[in-house]
Amino acid sequence: MSRGHRPGHRGRGREGNPSHPSEDRVLVLPGEEIQGRGLKPGPGTFRVGGKVYASLLGLVSERPPFVQVIPLSGRYIPKAGDVVVGTVTDVQTTFWLLDIGAPRWAPLHVTGTPWKVEIGEADRYLGVGDSVVVQVENLEATGRIGVTMQGEGLGKLEGGTIVRISPARIPRVVGRGGSMIQTITRQTGAHVAIGQNGRIWVDGTPEAIRRVTDVLRMIEANGQRSGLTSRVESYLLATTPTAGADSSGASKIRTPPSGPADERTAVPDDASWDSDGQGDPPPFDPPEP
Amino acid sequence: MGSVGAKEVPVLLTPDGRRIDGRRLDELRPIKIQAGPLRQADGSAFVEWGANKVMAAVYGPREVHPRHLQQNDRAVIQCRYNMAAFSVDERKRPGLDRRSQEISKVIGEAFQSVVFTEEFPRTSIDVYIEVLQANAGTRCAGLVAASVALADAGIPMVDLLPSVAVGKISGAIALDLKKEEDNFGEADLPMALVPQSGRLVLLQMEGHMTEEELGTALDLGVAGCRDIYEKMKAALRARYTVTPMEEGGA
Repeated sequence: MSRGHRPGHRGRGREGNPSHPSEDRVLVLPGEEIQGRGLKPGPGTFRVGGKVYASLLGLVSERPPFVQVIPLSGRYIPKAGDVVVGTVTDVQTTFWLLDIGAPRWAPLHVTGTPWKVEIGEADRYLGVGDSVVVQVENLEATGRIGVTMQGEGLGKLEGGTIVRISPARIPRVVGRGGSMIQTITRQTGAHVAIGQNGRIWVDGTPEAIRRVTDVLRMIEANGQRSGLTSRVESYLLATTPTAGADSSGASKIRTPPSGPADERTAVPDDASWDSDGQGDPPPFDPPEP
Repeated sequence: MGSVGAKEVPVLLTPDGRRIDGRRLDELRPIKIQAGPLRQADGSAFVEWGANKVMAAVYGPREVHPRHLQQNDRAVIQCRYNMAAFSVDERKRPGLDRRSQEISKVIGEAFQSVVFTEEFPRTSIDVYIEVLQANAGTRCAGLVAASVALADAGIPMVDLLPSVAVGKISGAIALDLKKEEDNFGEADLPMALVPQSGRLVLLQMEGHMTEEELGTALDLGVAGCRDIYEKMKAALRARYTVTPMEEGGA
């Protein structure tokens, strides 16, 4: 009864629209009144008796005709078009279930992969615990999250490690026009794939992985400060490892061929898959919001 | 139970209105709240309230386990209140007992009425409350910790949920009983308030009070909740304070 009017938006808007320059944003907590100035309650808000309140902890942002609250914490709320890093939690005959850090597991259907998967053979391509880069394709009213692995830079991840940070910090990891992530990869030689869900795949020498992880933690802890890119750069320069340690990175996203390399191998996980070893780093440019 | 074994009933209230620890009737014990101490959880909070120490962690919204509890139109809130074996003087037998099941239930239901569960159908919001050190009023401390943890986890809700117990000691209505007062007092009345609407979403009572005393107790409790509300907000602000920022948009 005190819920009042809820706008039609299902999810909560993530990080707002960066093309909208941030005014002085006000931190609000659940239950705090927002000076709506006649604006309609948008995501992260609700209205009771003519007043607008925040339902989330976050920053107030005015996007006429709405006023909304941009969350500063919490789980990843999927958005169509997002590239995310996920981990297989279950294998069925025609699809896999992926943990992408969202409220629900996301089904990846075999038709959404670059492979020609026979029914019942899904586990030959991806098993529980494998990690992938996929793109959120559609969001259904039931909360089902449809994802696809067909597209540039999408595929199974081999090797490397996954670092988890708050999804709210991803725009800082990318930086303006990718400046932050370019700095990081240039200085460390690591391969990095950024998921909008706050999961970041890092591969390279142990030293490179360690340095990237350190920097990611640093960005997460200082996400609200300005001038982060130059701070990261000077940190990386100051901690440059011994000469020659720079590596071109050991692995990358592999796009496996259209079928198992060897029909007798139950788990097609041998070296023959990797024969086209192109050393390109995985994409780190998430789609423009 | 206080009367039988207790040879010495401590003086709970001095003639000049001081309590066993020197507080006045309407005074809270010191409260310290820290938001977000746990890295792994989606949200967390640690509360020190008098001699109580309570940790709360929130996970979710996430897939429901066990599956049959799933609701197609909303999230379920699964709350688990637990006291550590070492949280009291005499070792507490670990695990769920009748008391902790009841507290888990009433706390979960209190949150069910403030969280916008319909935003996350078929999911579960899991709230874990661990009492590390107990000194009366742990369900209130647990509720406060869990509420801050829910906000820290970015869960949408109507309001934070401050909570406090009011009791009756030596015939007087007193705010926020400590252990001796709870053991030897005449009544205990925990409550949780939605500050925005003034609604109570948790109210229990043990012992006896007159109707008039109940009214006084509710007023005192609501005022106490409003004090605690400010402390909860300050804790969250401290964690998320934003220096004017240059949003690093992609």
